[in-house]
Amino acid sequence: MTTVAPGPAIGVAAPGTGAPGTGAEDVAARRAGAAGVGLMLPGTLYLVAFFVIPVFALLATSLYVPVPGGDVGQFMPAFHWQNYVTALADFWQPLARSFWFALLATAGALAVGYPIAYLIAVRGRGRPLLQGMLLVLVVAPFFTSFVLRTIAWKQILADDGYVVQALHWLHVLPPDGRLTATSFAVVVSLTHNFVPFMALPIYASLERLDPRLVEAGGDLYAGPWTTFRTVTLPLSMPGVVSGTLLTFIPAAGDYVSASLLGNSTNTAMIGQVIDTRFFRLLDYPTAASLSVVLMAAIAVLVGLYVRRTGTEDLL
Amino acid sequence: MRSPHTASLELWGVRKEFGSFTAVESLDLTVPEGSFFALLGPSGCGKTTTLRMVAGLEQPTSGVISIGGRDVTGTAAHRRPVNTVFQSYALFPHLTVLDNVAFGLKRKRVPDARAKARAGLETVQLAHLGDRRPNQLSGGQQQRVALARALVNSPSVLLLDEPLGALDLALRREMQLELKRIQADAGITFVHVTHDQEEAMTMADTVAVMNEGRVEQLGPPAELYELPSTAFVANFLGRSNLVTGSVVDVGEVLGVDVAGTRLRVPVGRVSAGSTGVGAVVQLGVRPEKVRIVANGSEPTSGSNVLGPGKVTDVSFTGVSTQYQVDLGDLGVHEVFAQNSSGAPEVRVGDAVRLAWDVDHTFGLAGEPARSGQ
Ligand SMILES: Nc1ncnc2c1ncn2[C@@H]1O[C@H](COP(=O)(O)OP(=O)(O)OP(=O)(O)O)[C@@H](O)[C@H]1O
Ligand SMILES: [Mg+2]
Repeated sequence: MTTVAPGPAIGVAAPGTGAPGTGAEDVAARRAGAAGVGLMLPGTLYLVAFFVIPVFALLATSLYVPVPGGDVGQFMPAFHWQNYVTALADFWQPLARSFWFALLATAGALAVGYPIAYLIAVRGRGRPLLQGMLLVLVVAPFFTSFVLRTIAWKQILADDGYVVQALHWLHVLPPDGRLTATSFAVVVSLTHNFVPFMALPIYASLERLDPRLVEAGGDLYAGPWTTFRTVTLPLSMPGVVSGTLLTFIPAAGDYVSASLLGNSTNTAMIGQVIDTRFFRLLDYPTAASLSVVLMAAIAVLVGLYVRRTGTEDLL
Repeated sequence: MRSPHTASLELWGVRKEFGSFTAVESLDLTVPEGSFFALLGPSGCGKTTTLRMVAGLEQPTSGVISIGGRDVTGTAAHRRPVNTVFQSYALFPHLTVLDNVAFGLKRKRVPDARAKARAGLETVQLAHLGDRRPNQLSGGQQQRVALARALVNSPSVLLLDEPLGALDLALRREMQLELKRIQADAGITFVHVTHDQEEAMTMADTVAVMNEGRVEQLGPPAELYELPSTAFVANFLGRSNLVTGSVVDVGEVLGVDVAGTRLRVPVGRVSAGSTGVGAVVQLGVRPEKVRIVANGSEPTSGSNVLGPGKVTDVSFTGVSTQYQVDLGDLGVHEVFAQNSSGAPEVRVGDAVRLAWDVDHTFGLAGEPARSGQ
C-alpha cells in the first residue's frame, strides 16, 4: 500500500509506512519531503558552486577598481559602475560586430542545415540505414578539433588556393582581393562550425512530422511548395528555433574563428576582446563587464526571439 | 445548396502493386455522379489503397482513373477536384479548427474563405469551437472537423476512409444519418470506405464488396443481400447457410442433389458458371428465411427441406431467437426466428428439419473452397 501524503507536501510515502492514524501519515509525508530535498541536493549544490557563485564573482569583478599605486592586475572591491561605460565606449564596435557575425552565421547555418535535415528526415524516410549514415556524416566534423576545422579554412581560402584563384578568374574578386583575414572568412568558418547544431534539432522535428499531414496538404489543393510553406515549415519551427539558438548564442561569444581567420582591424569579435583583456592585459574589470554585457544582451535577444516565435515552451 | 461540381468517377483496369505484392487487382468501377457509393471489405483488402489512387496520393501501376469524364491518372493530388476525409483525420495541429477548415478554400483563393469555413463548421455543429486547436477536441469532434474541411471545398468527389471508425455506437449512428443528409443536400458523389457491412448497407445507394484486391460484387444493398454471387459476399454481407450439390434437373427451376436430398433453385437466382446436369453448385439461404419444422409437423409443399438435424444452441436476442442446427455432414446451419406468436417451442437437443421457400434459395457457382478463382 502507498499513501498519498495529505496537504501540500509532495511525494508518496514509501511502501509499508502507510499505518493508520494522521500522526503516522505526517511522519510519512515528512520523510517523503526529506527524500525529495535529498534528491535535489546534488543538483542544487552543483548549480550554486558552478553557476551562482561564478556569476556573482563575475558581477563583483566587473565593478572592481585598480589598487592605487598597485601593480598591473591588482584590483580591489568597489562599486565602480563607470567600468561599464568605459568598456562599452571602447568596445561597442566588436560587440555589435559579434552579434552581426552571429546573425550572418545563423542565417548561413540555417540555409545549409535545413536542406540537409530535410533531405535526411523527409527524403530518407523509410530508409533507416541511409538516414543513419547521413547523420553520421553530419556529425563527423566533430571528430576533429574545432581549431583544426577552423585552420582548414585558412588553407581553403588561402591566396593561392583554388577558391580564390577561381574567383579571380571569374572576376568576382578583384586581382588584389583576398578572402583570408576578412569578415567573410570569419563568418564562413562560424557557419561551418555550427551547421550540425542547426541541422540536428531540425532533423528531429522533421522526423516527427506526420507524412499524412503533407498528403492532406496536397489533397487540399496545396502544391509541393505551398505545402512546405504552410505545413512542413510551421511544424518544424521548434527545431528551427532550437537550432538558431544553439548557433547564435555560442557564435556570438566565439573567438576562435575571428582570431585564426580575421585581421586586427575590422573583424574583431567581443570574445577576442575579452580574451585579450583578461589574459594579456590583466584588465579583469573590463573583461568582466564585457562578459556581463554579452550575457545580458544574449538573454534579452533570446527572450525577444522566443516570445516572437511563440515557442516559450522550449525554454 | 447542391454542388454544381459533382461528377462521376470511373476506374478502368486499375492495378496497384507494392513490390511483388498486389494490393489492388485490375479494378473496374463506375460511380455515377451524385451517388453514395460504399466500398466494403475486410481489413487489408485494398480499400484505402483504392481511395489513395483516386485522390492522387498513390500512382496506379496500371489503369486509368477518370473524374467527370476527364482522365486524371497522371494529375497531381492538388490539381484533382477530390477531397478526402482521412482514416486518421490528419488535421493540421498548428492551425485552429477554423483555419483547418479554411485551408483548402485559401489555397483555391476563394473569396471570404473564413466566412465560408465558419458556415462549413456550422453544418457539422462545431461553429463554437472554431478557435480551438485540433488536439483540444474529442475524437468525434475531430472527425467532424475533418469532414467539414473536405466538404467546404464542394469537391466533385468526396472520399471518406472509414470516417466513423473511432466513434461510439450512438454517435456513429447519428453521424451516419448526418452524412446521408449532407450527401443528399449537397449532391456530391461520395465514396465511403468501411468494413462495417451494416453501415455500408444503410448509407449507400451502391455497395461494392472488395476482397483481396478485387471487387467480388457490386450493386444496390438489397440486391447484394438477396442475391449474393460469391460465397465471400454471402458470408461477409449478413450470414448464409451454404450447402454443395450437383445439378440433376435443368429448366426454369434447377434440381440439385445435396447428399441425397433434392433441393430446388430458380435458374435466375444462380450466378454465372455452368448450370448443366452434373455441374457443381453451392446453394444458400439467409438464416431469417429458414423455418424450423418440429418433429411430427410437415413442411409446406414447394419448400426446400433439409434434415433432420439436432438443435445445438438456442439464443434469445430480443427481437429474434437464433438457433444452431447441426445437420451432420452438411454442417451447422443457423436459423433466425422472429419472436412473434406461434413460433414452435424448440429446445436444445430436439431433432428438427429446416425448410425454406424455393424462391429464397440462391445458387453460387463452384466449390465451397472459394468461388470466382
Ligand atoms: N505503402 C505500402 N507498401 C506495401 N504494402 C502496402 C502499402 N500500403 C498498403 N499495403 C498493403 O496493401 C494491402 C491493402 O492495404 P489497404 O491499406 O488498402 O487496406 P484497407 O482495405 O484499407 O484495410 P483497413 O480496413 O485495415 O484500413 C495491405 O495488405 C497492405 O499491407
Ligand atoms: Mg484502410
